[in-house]
This record gives sequence, structure tokens and C-alpha cells, in this order.
Amino acid sequence: MSPKELVGRVGLYVLISLITVFMALPVLWLLFAPFDASPTLSTSLPDWTGRNFGELLRNPDALPSIGISLVHALGTMALVTSFGALAAYALSRVKIPGRDGLLYALLLLSSIITGTAAMVPIFTLMTQIGLVDTQLGVVLVLTGGMLPTAIFILKDFMDGIPRSYEESARVFGASPLQILRDVVLPVVRPGLATIAVWTVVQVWGNFLTPFILLRQAERPAAVVVYTFYTEGGQADLGLISAFSLLYSIPVVAMYVFVNRRYGFRFHGGIKR
Amino acid sequence: MAFSRTARVALAVTSVGALALAGCGGGGDGGTAAGDPQRGADAKTITLTIAGNAAQGGKNTRDADWLVNYVIPEFTKQMAAEGVTATVTFQPSGVDDEQYKTQQSLDMRSGGGADIVALDGIWVGEFAQAGYIKPLDEVVGAAAGEWDGWAQIPDSVEQLGSFEGKRYGVPTGTDGRVLFYNKDLFAKAGLPAQWQPASWQEVLDAGAKLKALPGVDPIQINAGTAMGEATTMQGVLPLLAGTATPLNTDGKWLGDTQAVRDVLGFYQSVYGGGLGDPLLQQEAKGRDKSFQEFAAGQIGILLESDYFWRSVIEPTKGIAPMADRDSVVGYAKIPAQQPGKGPNGQNFVSMSGGGMNAINPGTDFPQQAWKLLQFIMSADAQKARLGGSAQITARDDVNAEVLAADPMLSFVSKEVLPITAYRPGLGEYPEVSKALQEATAAVVTGAAPADAAKKYQSALEGVLGGADGITTG
Amino acid sequence: MALTASPPAEPAEAAGVTKSPAPQAATDAAGLGRARASVFVAPALALIAAFLVFPALWTLYLGITNYRLTGVAALRPRVVGLDNYARALGDPEFLNSLWLTLLFVIGSAVIGQCVLGFVLAWTLRAVPRTVRTVVELLVMLAWILPSSVVAFLWIALLDRDGGTLNVLLNTPGMAWLIEYPMLSVIIFNAWRGTAFSMLLFSAALNGIPPSQLETARMVGASGWQQLRDVVLPHVRGHILTNLLLISLWTFNDFSPFLITAGGPNGRSETLPVFVYNTAIPGGQLGFGSAVSLLMLLINLVLAVVYLRLLKQRRA
Repeated sequence: MSPKELVGRVGLYVLISLITVFMALPVLWLLFAPFDASPTLSTSLPDWTGRNFGELLRNPDALPSIGISLVHALGTMALVTSFGALAAYALSRVKIPGRDGLLYALLLLSSIITGTAAMVPIFTLMTQIGLVDTQLGVVLVLTGGMLPTAIFILKDFMDGIPRSYEESARVFGASPLQILRDVVLPVVRPGLATIAVWTVVQVWGNFLTPFILLRQAERPAAVVVYTFYTEGGQADLGLISAFSLLYSIPVVAMYVFVNRRYGFRFHGGIKR
Repeated sequence: MAFSRTARVALAVTSVGALALAGCGGGGDGGTAAGDPQRGADAKTITLTIAGNAAQGGKNTRDADWLVNYVIPEFTKQMAAEGVTATVTFQPSGVDDEQYKTQQSLDMRSGGGADIVALDGIWVGEFAQAGYIKPLDEVVGAAAGEWDGWAQIPDSVEQLGSFEGKRYGVPTGTDGRVLFYNKDLFAKAGLPAQWQPASWQEVLDAGAKLKALPGVDPIQINAGTAMGEATTMQGVLPLLAGTATPLNTDGKWLGDTQAVRDVLGFYQSVYGGGLGDPLLQQEAKGRDKSFQEFAAGQIGILLESDYFWRSVIEPTKGIAPMADRDSVVGYAKIPAQQPGKGPNGQNFVSMSGGGMNAINPGTDFPQQAWKLLQFIMSADAQKARLGGSAQITARDDVNAEVLAADPMLSFVSKEVLPITAYRPGLGEYPEVSKALQEATAAVVTGAAPADAAKKYQSALEGVLGGADGITTG
Repeated sequence: MALTASPPAEPAEAAGVTKSPAPQAATDAAGLGRARASVFVAPALALIAAFLVFPALWTLYLGITNYRLTGVAALRPRVVGLDNYARALGDPEFLNSLWLTLLFVIGSAVIGQCVLGFVLAWTLRAVPRTVRTVVELLVMLAWILPSSVVAFLWIALLDRDGGTLNVLLNTPGMAWLIEYPMLSVIIFNAWRGTAFSMLLFSAALNGIPPSQLETARMVGASGWQQLRDVVLPHVRGHILTNLLLISLWTFNDFSPFLITAGGPNGRSETLPVFVYNTAIPGGQLGFGSAVSLLMLLINLVLAVVYLRLLKQRRA
């Protein structure tokens, strides 16, 4: 290694270390505060205790809310991934007039619907069709809002599959559905995994939609975390930090699993 | 890019949308609202729901626990004795107050929602104007006036549940604002242990002496937008009351006037004169922090509601507990600008807020909902709610009993409530309040009071759509 | 297009956003047919129509009324035409929010996420696998943690009293969120969203044929020259697509609210926060809806600019 290369190498690692510190620093609080007997906003080695978790287990909303979050996340993920993939494949392979314009228009509209201003239309719509205060209603509204982006990204994955695969399958007499199942699906699996993770992450943190639509029904973690106040409206940091950790574990675990199993990558995807 | 198909799709969807819009109307009168008060009165099986901004194990957990563990089972028993099977549920929320208000508005606008809804007294006007709630007389009929509990609720407190002279529900409790001060710091600064300022200047003078103490912010009077309504209630309005100028007279809002400039001038004396911490006013959690600092002996004088005494610095269960609260913390009435300059020539002033329970006009069982509300507001239930702790309720009989052991709360109940005032419960109030908060924020960050008052005036005109409903001068 | 040597990329380019370049656009290789394609698209389109397009159009309608959530205007909303739009465009608070939003997009997405993402994707190619895995996990962690949790993390990091940053920098009492609110949320969002750019660029860099880099190295090109002459032309399309998506996401991002609530005094009140403050504490849904449409139009302009740039690249 020449001296110049050595300097470059050292510089590279210094850069990477700096970025790593930057990325890791904020997360420290999540590792320490939940175990601190009297958590504050400062990060310090805690006076170790499991009390915050004991309190969390006694809270009637905490654990069920994680279950509800799972229902929302998995339900939305199933709908977004399956419907999104079907639509993306068809849009990728069959030329429909105005396709791209439509896709962009929907992408833009989805920004309105995720905003605060749309809450009255959404609430009224759900009341009229009887889906207010139901978990299904939440899943449907979330799905509608995320499908355009999912189709947009998935279509790129679909565009990236070489046509020759499908053509040769066709030569061997496979039907379009067989081709979809046996040829396209395996190739595009990392793309589906990516969209699935993306959907879960979005739903997992979404406050507004479930907050607006749910009343008597059990509420998801994203809403419940905002109810952890002490008598008199101060944030209960012990409960919040412990819950934050618990609330984060499922998405992180899912990412690690999907990443190992399918690879969380945009392989050939998103090209253009 | 071809948009032709997009356009067609859009057109089709728009027409569907237009149809649906016509079907839904503007909303507001909420379907079944205010029908026959006697509907469902003879039902043998009823369901009722109570909504409140509380959640067990979360915000306002005591109220939630009380509703679930006391009110619901006891009321169900009472109804069973009358041969009625009642299913009563509590619908928890426990989030930010504005978000809770949004939730309730959405529910009532579409004709749904709980049968009994807890609202902040200040929302009554807006909800009434929107038709979400109706006068009790209309919702439950003559029975509304026959409740013996009304005799226990002082007229001033009843304002909390009223709008334009009509009762819309029953107030649940109230509070009063005073100046809290730290007697230890006062002793160090050579100030008396029993302190009662007679004018704004005397407050500032005390602050000037406290300034000599290292690490102490002499005065904390809430300011800025981050504190939200706490700025208006624990800052602007008590000061404004001290100039005997109501925020709203005969439907006209107070604009850029001498009174507003004087109030902003007081802020400037505090935050421009080194008597307070301007940064704290801008922090997102500034109010919480002011509690911590007062408890740690870093703030000399703090304008707060009695909530501060009973929930924040309460020696054992408070969020910023002070073990020596009873000996260290003093309290004084808020002085008018000068003696006798308060409303009705008062020397001292205060502001109060509080909550109320309304009956949803869309309820299927108005009579039973009213019974439930009476039960909630009965002396026994209110005492059960407090569970031995002291807090000012809407009922005189309960107050006489539960406040006896707490000199501070008795002080508020006896000395402060008679001189207190409530906010104007009008639809525009929240935005006027916001404009006032912005004006204080400007002063805290260095603007001159006259300039901030001018900006306040133009913000007000923006909110009200012109200068017609504003007094100036 | 000469650089696109890897076979998978070719059809992708062809089926791209413009109809222009290749005649074999959207080859129906599986023999799907229009009818079956419509069936495939139908469920997604139905959900989108019902739960997105319909309420979105309704929101646009509210934008021409004085509708409010409570008070008289809730009971009897009036159509006020373009008043809301006129008011927004003359409202210094709106214009301030617009300016802050542009700063936010340029600072945190275009500069922060895009550059940091590229640097990560580029440097992590040359390090051992374990280092790479750890750094990637940290970057991903910032992206997948729920926003409420992330907000607490950053409030704790930047807290005035015991905040980690003040301890590290030895600047006790420094109120970052008050002194530098916009810079704070910009850095926060760069931290939060870099993962997407990093993933996208890693994929893009993997798509560069090693032979080309090899050739460049053989003729003695420095690292910087390789980057400029081989890598950047190759990933330009990715950069633009990435910029389009992250700009739109950042523009509509609500998380600054969770950290600063738009304060102090509106100094970090980006447009989504402005809409929230108008619609929920302010209750002015008509006005908020009008601002939402203005946001959509600005998004449209952003998208069109990026698409133009993409087209130029093809031409």
C-alpha cells in the first residue's frame, strides 16, 4: 500500500466513523432511558431498573396496542403488496394510454390524503359506509394512500425483469398466470420484500389515520404512545421510553429478517 | 405524457364525489339531533357511552379509573334496581386537548359520538354554534331544570357549561389563578414571607430584588406560542383583567388598545429587563420546565393555576414534587395594574377555566343519559372521584368537605373564585388567543410592545375578516 | 444509453416515463392482453379511487369554502371561491412556511439525504462486510423507527439542559431547537431519511459494469475522475428519480412538528405543519384545504422539473 493509498484508506474510515457516530448518537437514549429509574431527557448510564417495564405491563393499553399495530401493518402490507404488484406488472407489460400521467397524478394526490386537511372527507366517507371505528376501515384508508407510491416503485422492478424470461416460458406453453407465479414472482421477490417493509414502516408510525377513525375500538401503538402522560399532562418519560423500545422491536426485527431472507435492496429497481 | 385518460378518470370520480357531497350536505346538524326528549325513555335495555380525554394508565388516569371502576358499575346497579339493563362504556382518549376536540367534532358532526361528552368549558360556544350540542332544555326537556344539584353550583361556575344564557351541560370543576412564590428565595432576597403585591409594579420590584440571587429567574409569566393556551390563561388574561378591560365586550374583540399595550409592556419589563428567562418561553416543553425549575428553587414568582399546587408540586404524587411545599411555597392574589383598577373596582383579579359534560343531542336515550350525568355530578360520585385528594369541584357542598384540609385550595375557593372571570366562549376565541400568544412571543424576542400590538391588531383583522368587530384606541 | 451494458437495465429504460425512445416499449412478453391487464389493475384502482381520489377531490372542494370544524361556519359553510387562495398568497405566515419548506427540501433531501446516501453507498463498497452491515443497520434504524420514537430521541439529543449534544460539545444550556430550529430539523431529516438514498445508490453502483471502472483505473484515472467520468453519468437517472421521490416525501413530511411544533414563533413551521396548525388548533378546514392544493401544485412543479431533466438525459 502506497502512502497515498494509506492516507485515502484512513480518510475513508474517519469519514465512515463520523457518519456512524452521527447515525448512532440519537439512538443511545432508546437504549438507556427505558432502564433508568428516573429517566430524563439526558442520556446517561442509568440507575438500572426494570420498573418501567413492569409499569408498562400493568398498563391496559400498551400490549394490546402493539397487537393492533401488527393487524394494521400486516393487513395493509398484504393489500398494498399484492394489489400493488398485480397493478404494477400489468402496467409494466401492457401499454395503457395515459398510464404515466395517471401514475404521477395519483402520486401527487396521495400527498393530500396523508395530510390533515383531508380528515373531514375521510371521516365522513367512512361514517357513511359504516367503517368508522373499525380496524378494516383504517387498513383500507392506509392502503389507498400508499398504493400509488407502491405501484410506482414496483413498476420499476417489473420493468427491470428481462422480457426474455417470460418469452421463453411462453414458448414452453406456460399461461400468463403461470408465468406470473413461476417466473415473475421469484425474480421480483426482493422488490416485494422492499415494498412490504416500506408499508409496515409507514403504517407502524402513522398516527393521524387511526386517531381519526378509531373510538371504542382498540388503538394502535402510534396513538397509545401519546396517551402516556402523568396526572396533569406531563410526558411520562419512564413509560414512554420503555414503550418506545417495545414499540420499535417488531419493525427492527422484521427488517433484519427480511434483509437476511430476501435482501432489502433496490436491485435493478427504480431505474429510469 | 398523456393526461387524457387521467382527465377522464378524474372527471368520472369528480361526478361521483359531487353526488356524494350533495348527499352528505355540509354536515353539522348531525342526523337525529334533538328529537323528542322522551324518546327511548321507557326502554328496558339501554346502552350509553361516556367520552372523556382520559385513558387508564395514561393521561388523566384518575378520571378514567373512576369512570370505569365507580361510575359505570354503580350506575348500572342503580338502573338494574329500576328494572333496566344498562350497558355503559367509557370511550378513552387521553391525547392532546386540541386533538381530542377534533375527534369529538368529527363524531358529532356526522351524528355519532358518545352520549355524554366531556368538553372544555371554552369549547361550549363553538360546539353550540356548530349545532353539535343543544341547550339541555331541548335535549332532555323539563327534567333539565329539576335537578337538585343546580343549587350547589355557583352561578359564576355555571357559566362554564353555558352559552348565550342557556345551559348546555353541567360544569365538572373549576380552578383559580394566583401568584406562587418561593419563601426561601424571598427570605434570601430580603422580601417578606407573607407577600401580597398591590400592583404590577410591586411584582416587578420583588423581581428586581430576586434578580440579585445567582441562578434564579425572578419571575415566570407564561408567554409565546409554544405554551399555547397557558400563555393566555396564565399570562395575558389575568393581566388584562387587571386593566378592567374585558377581551370581548358586546361581541367586539379588544384590538390594539392602551390595555393591550400595557399588558405587553409588563411582559417587556419582565423579559426585556432580565427578570425572566426568554428562551424558556420558546421551548416546546417550556411550561413543564418552568415547573421543574420552580420545584428546584430556580424561579421566584410563578403565575399558575391551583393545579400547580395540587398536581405539580404536591409533595408525594406531584410531577415536580416539593417535599417542603407547605412551608416553602407561598401564594398571593394577582394584583390589578394599580389598586382598584380591576373590574368593578377590584384590587385583585384572577381567571378560571374548567370542564363540563354535555349530552349529545343525537343520543338514543336522552332521559337515561341525563340520569347518568346527574349521577356523575352527584356529591357522592364527585367525592369518590377525588378519592380523598383535594380539588375544587363545581359543587359547593363537596368543596366545603374536601377542601377543608387544604389551606391553599380553600383560599382559592373562598378568596379567588369570587373575583375571578371566565374566557369569552365564542367561536373565534381560540384564534384571538393565538394572536395574543404571538404578540407576547414578539415581545419576548425583543419587539417593542407598540409594534407587537400593531401586529396583533392585523392578525385579529385577518381572523375576523376585517376591523369591524374590533375595538381600538 | 451507451453506458447501459447490463441487459436487465435495457427494457427498464425503454418502459420509462416517456414514450419516446424505444419501439418495443412495454412488450407484453407474457401475453397478458388488455383484458387481463385491466383485471390486474382493477383492485388497486378501486381502492385508490374510493379511499384516495374521492376524499382528495372532496378536500379540494372544501378549499373553496369557509368550512370550519366548529362554530357557525361548521353548520353553514359558504362557498367563497378563490378567497382562501388569495388569502394564502397574501399571508406572510404562509409565504414564510413556503420558504422554510423549500429550505427543508433543499437542505435535508437534496443536499443532506442525497449526498450522504451517495457517500455511504460509495464508501461502503470498499470496507469489510461486518463494518458495512453495522453501518447499514444504523442507517436503516433511523429510517424504520416510528416517528414518535424518533422525535423523542431527537428532543433528548438536542435538549437544552441535559441533552447529549450539549454534553458532548460542552455547551451547557445551548437551546438548539430555539436558536437553530430550522437547521435542527434539516439535520434531523437528513439523519432520518438517508437510508432510502443509500439503498438506491448501492443498487445503482452495483449496476456499473466493473470492466468500465477497471478500464478507468488502468488509464490512471484518480478516484475523483472515476467518479466523475464513469460513475456519475451512469447513475444520473437514479439521482433524479431519487431526488423526485425524496423531495416529494420531504415536502410533505410532518415530523418537524413532533420535534419543534413549528416553533419558536413559526421559525420551523413548514407547510404540512402550517396546515396542521391551521386545521386542528385553528379549525379552519376550508383554508387548510386550499393550502393543501397549493402544496400539491408546488409538488407538481417539482415533479415536472425533474421529469424534464430526465427527458433531457434521454435526448
